[in-house]
Amino acid sequence: MSTAIAGTNRYLAEFERLERRSSTRTPAWLAELRRAAMERFVERGFPTTRDEDWRYTNLATLAATPFRAIDSVASSPVSREAVPRPFGPNAAPRLVFLDGRYAREHSSAQSLPGGARLSSLAEAISHDDEQFLERHLAKHARWDDNVFAALSTALLEDGVLLHVPAETVIEAPIELVLLTTRPGVMTQPRLLVVAGPHSRFTVVERYVGLTDQAYFVNAVSEIAVGPGASVDHYVVQEQGASAFHMATIHADLERDSAFSTCTATFGARLARTTLGVRFGGEGGRASLAGLYVTDGRQHVDHHVTVDHAVPRCSSRQLYKGVLDGSARAVFDGRVIVRPNAQKTDAAQTNKHLLLSDGVEVDSKPRLEIFADDVKCTHGAAEGQLAPEAIFYLRSRGLNERAARRLLTLGFVREVVDRIAVEPIRGYLDRALETRLGTDSKEMR
Amino acid sequence: MLSIRNLSVGVDGKTILRSLNLEVRAGEVHAVMGPNGSGKSTLAQALAGHPAYTVTGGEVTYLGRDLLAMPPEERARAGLFLAFQYPIEIAGVSNAAFLKAAINEMRAARGQEELDAMEMLELLEKKLALVDMDRSFLSRPVNEGFSGGEKKRNEILQMAVLEPKLAILDETDSGLDIDALKIVAQGVNRLRRPDNAIILVTHYQRILNYVEPDRVHVLFDGRIVKSAGKELALELERKGYDWIKEQPAPVQPAA
Repeated sequence: MSTAIAGTNRYLAEFERLERRSSTRTPAWLAELRRAAMERFVERGFPTTRDEDWRYTNLATLAATPFRAIDSVASSPVSREAVPRPFGPNAAPRLVFLDGRYAREHSSAQSLPGGARLSSLAEAISHDDEQFLERHLAKHARWDDNVFAALSTALLEDGVLLHVPAETVIEAPIELVLLTTRPGVMTQPRLLVVAGPHSRFTVVERYVGLTDQAYFVNAVSEIAVGPGASVDHYVVQEQGASAFHMATIHADLERDSAFSTCTATFGARLARTTLGVRFGGEGGRASLAGLYVTDGRQHVDHHVTVDHAVPRCSSRQLYKGVLDGSARAVFDGRVIVRPNAQKTDAAQTNKHLLLSDGVEVDSKPRLEIFADDVKCTHGAAEGQLAPEAIFYLRSRGLNERAARRLLTLGFVREVVDRIAVEPIRGYLDRALETRLGTDSKEMR
Repeated sequence: MLSIRNLSVGVDGKTILRSLNLEVRAGEVHAVMGPNGSGKSTLAQALAGHPAYTVTGGEVTYLGRDLLAMPPEERARAGLFLAFQYPIEIAGVSNAAFLKAAINEMRAARGQEELDAMEMLELLEKKLALVDMDRSFLSRPVNEGFSGGEKKRNEILQMAVLEPKLAILDETDSGLDIDALKIVAQGVNRLRRPDNAIILVTHYQRILNYVEPDRVHVLFDGRIVKSAGKELALELERKGYDWIKEQPAPVQPAA
């Protein structure tokens, strides 16, 4: 294909460095997987805006910027204070990664109930049941079709394995903190979640940057939701102002399972989430949500694909964005209803609040329906704050800035209110108030 | 308290109020009545400072201040309250958050400290009882999904919470059943004190059975064409507005 941007050579060199460094410890299947994925990445290269899936998101700057991987955790020490405090109680299970490396001293991976396993992927690769990893790793997020999943797989070295066996319920949210501490770093956070039949738990990915200069995080999360299982997944993205945040999330849902995911985007210069959900068994339910609050020259892109491959599944999408400055938002929501997927119930909503004249939105629903007995709805809306509502609040004593802030918080509340986990909801409430209200008092 | 002299107001380039005069003293209740399109709501909105209404002439003094020079929030903080004819629905903002923001703005304007969560809840519960609303109203988004009567009662709740010096009620009585009307009337009567004043903008005489006005004015074609005691309301009820229209518009002296 002629649509690739040059810039894969650096990554090839990175790959060779990884191969030399880990050759003795890498099982053959993994070495083979990495090689195949690297070949695929080099063959495809970074997509250009001529690629339909990347039409509104230009990767030229990302491709042209040299980033490097960190070889060992010792090279990025940070103080305890620099690591974000947990959302919930201090005792909750938590893994912390610094510049892509597992940081044991900042983590608390104490024993989980029911023999559930939470560990670094590197540890799992060196000690574990290979058949289990081989069966799941890189089997859900399709790297043949997604260059960022290919790059992640090619450079796969560490990450998180979360395996919750059948019937196991974990109440406390499992928190994963992925911290970038310095400029120019490239990391490949990798998350593999396997939910056994009728298990239930919550997992949170938090991305935080300690630098406002450019770095590159290429995250891939694969989530296998077993029959009757229920997985709630959250992403809180607070990357540095110049970061490139590329996220691929893929969930495979088996019969009667439930999956929810909600991404809250605050940071990064360029943030792209490619989310795929595939129903592999009847009776599955998926709730997909996103909220993004952007300004300056931020670019936020959500590409969602829900594949109703079997009958009697339901999916809900709710994405809401607040754009200020000269920010840009892209939303592409694709719902595929395959010919035999009768009784599908799919709904999609994408709304944007435009706070300045300089912002731009490209929102595109794509419904591909090949079955006849289905219910599919979609709606998109863009608007500004209603002058009548601003006046109403001012007539009650709020100044214009405070009125606009309250209305803006109201706009995103619909998404926040859906979050069932109180500590996460509370954290997002505070983050939103800070983000939207830093200067709300100065005009009083 | 409020002195309106030769006030002219337009909206979208069209003149609505033409050199209107009105004098309201502390302790008084005034009813402003008139047929549809006479300019009643324009008067109410202009006094509250709605930016879509352009003042083209005249002056308004409120508690010794130039009201027209004040932005809407300053007017509110100075104790002016407008109960909206069509209260605005605000998605995602709970009534509690809305009232809390408004109360704290008012307190800040008076140099008082913000109320803490307990004090706030106590105050709100007390005021809820006055308008016969239960606690669930606090967690619902402002006016969203409220019935017409609930919206009007919510306006009265806000009025009870904010304790204004001058309350302007813009057809708050319209479309209410008798029970809701009594609640609204009670809310108004509770506010009636020697140091407060109330302007009831209304199309119908009905609410005046429960809130006795000191003065009744008839607004027609952007001017107050007749002012009298409460008996005028009954006369309007009996005879309608047509006889007013046939009267020549008097030139009103500034009060």
